[in-house]
Amino acid sequence: MAKITYIEHDGTEHVHDGKTGLSVMEVAVKNNVPGIDADCGGACACATCHVYVDPAWLDKTGDKSAMEESMLDFAEGVEPNSRLACQIKITDGLDGIVVRLPESQH
Amino acid sequence: MTSADAHVVIVGAGHAGGTLAALLRQYGHAGAVTLVGEEPIPPYQRPPLSKAWLKGEADAESLALKPLEFYAGNRIDFRPSVRGVGIDRVRKVLALSDGSELAYDVLVLATGARPIRLPIPGADLDGVLELRTAADAEALKAALGPGRTMAVVGGGYIGLEAAASARALGADAVVLEREPRILARVAGEVLSSFFRQAHETHGVRFLTGASVTGFRGEGGKVTGVELADGQVIDCDLALVGVGAVPNQELAQEAGLAVNRGVVVDLGARTSDPAIFAIGDVTLRPMPIYGRDFRMESVPNALEQAKQVACAITGRPAPAGETPWQWSDQYDIKLQIAGYNFDSDQSLVRGDPASGHFAIFHLKGDQVQAVEAINSPPEFMMGRQLIGSRRPVDKQRLADTSVSMKEVAAA
Repeated sequence: MAKITYIEHDGTEHVHDGKTGLSVMEVAVKNNVPGIDADCGGACACATCHVYVDPAWLDKTGDKSAMEESMLDFAEGVEPNSRLACQIKITDGLDGIVVRLPESQH
Repeated sequence: MTSADAHVVIVGAGHAGGTLAALLRQYGHAGAVTLVGEEPIPPYQRPPLSKAWLKGEADAESLALKPLEFYAGNRIDFRPSVRGVGIDRVRKVLALSDGSELAYDVLVLATGARPIRLPIPGADLDGVLELRTAADAEALKAALGPGRTMAVVGGGYIGLEAAASARALGADAVVLEREPRILARVAGEVLSSFFRQAHETHGVRFLTGASVTGFRGEGGKVTGVELADGQVIDCDLALVGVGAVPNQELAQEAGLAVNRGVVVDLGARTSDPAIFAIGDVTLRPMPIYGRDFRMESVPNALEQAKQVACAITGRPAPAGETPWQWSDQYDIKLQIAGYNFDSDQSLVRGDPASGHFAIFHLKGDQVQAVEAINSPPEFMMGRQLIGSRRPVDKQRLADTSVSMKEVAAA
């Protein structure tokens, strides 16, 4: 279990508990957090769950797969701390993680 | 914009209907929202039913779009196990299969599509299955397992995904395709032969040009598939995946415009201003291709749900999206952007033997569609090129030493 803080582009915060094993995307979608579209439902096929991981948490989210790296390369507004939320699996170690959402996923 | 306290009734609780209900609350609609679904469970994702879920890599909880308590918690009146059976457009009332009625201010048809059933002998035997709903998927999963043989009638994406999952579960799979090649209706020859080879490597057998004439059974249970040439293919179960038809009867009987789907405009409006339609049931315009057609895809369902949520809550209409879809089989990720209409050339970028390549379908120097195998850059840039209609340099497009960003920038 981990507490996740999602911060919308306009600064609105959403804090939700995520079960270990789910992804940061799934917790957002199941709680109707605006700003994460996740069109493909977590298949790493669409790059519409782009988030900016708070730099303090970046190391704990693990490495990007080649697929994720490649999809992100073509998303809008990519930064060094960009991730696809569907590829970040929740662990106890992520308790307290903060992610910021881009203005648009499309 | 609709009045803020309008009662929105959504008929059909699939990906489109479920997404719309959630978006209405996300966008701040204050009025009542009723979501009517034929199935006993709240809206869920169908794509994993033939992929991750079937292989046991995803559970029911992860399939659900939202947890059940989300609906009550967000004042969405979710009514499972009930169908819309009639629309009185004058009184603005929807009649339900349980005999009750729902008065609406705005009605949204999200009734989806249903698998085509083959009108041939034995189609009602136990073990002759289809794959659309979670219940279908449960039945399929229960029938699969080591040592079982699944005959797949129809070499389309659903059948192929199920075959890949069956192999992962230790079952044998034989695909029976009426056309000379698999994926004949939806893909070109390069992709067809790539997928056939990939599946054969994993032990799937294929019979093409195979016209299925009936199912054989013993004691009410399927034991084989009969072909027109007299062959009988032994099996323990048969999965029929030969396409789907829109559930348009409700709209048709209400006198709405239908034409192989409920006819809608670019804002998902039907011919009645109080009624929208979204998802697989719709026949919609696609300006990129200058034609109307019916798309059976999650991205289309989401796009139309967004259009309706914006219209109801007075937000500006969202920008049009370039259609896309995906398929996962074994370690192959297929991403398709666009539809292959009116192309005069198909160009392969990369070597199919490498397992990483993309097929660009071109009309002159414009990209109409791209099928990308394990090639996200080709998919992502191809999708942008389809939407922008920008001409491409074909020589550079075919040259993998020129990156997709450089191709698109030229």
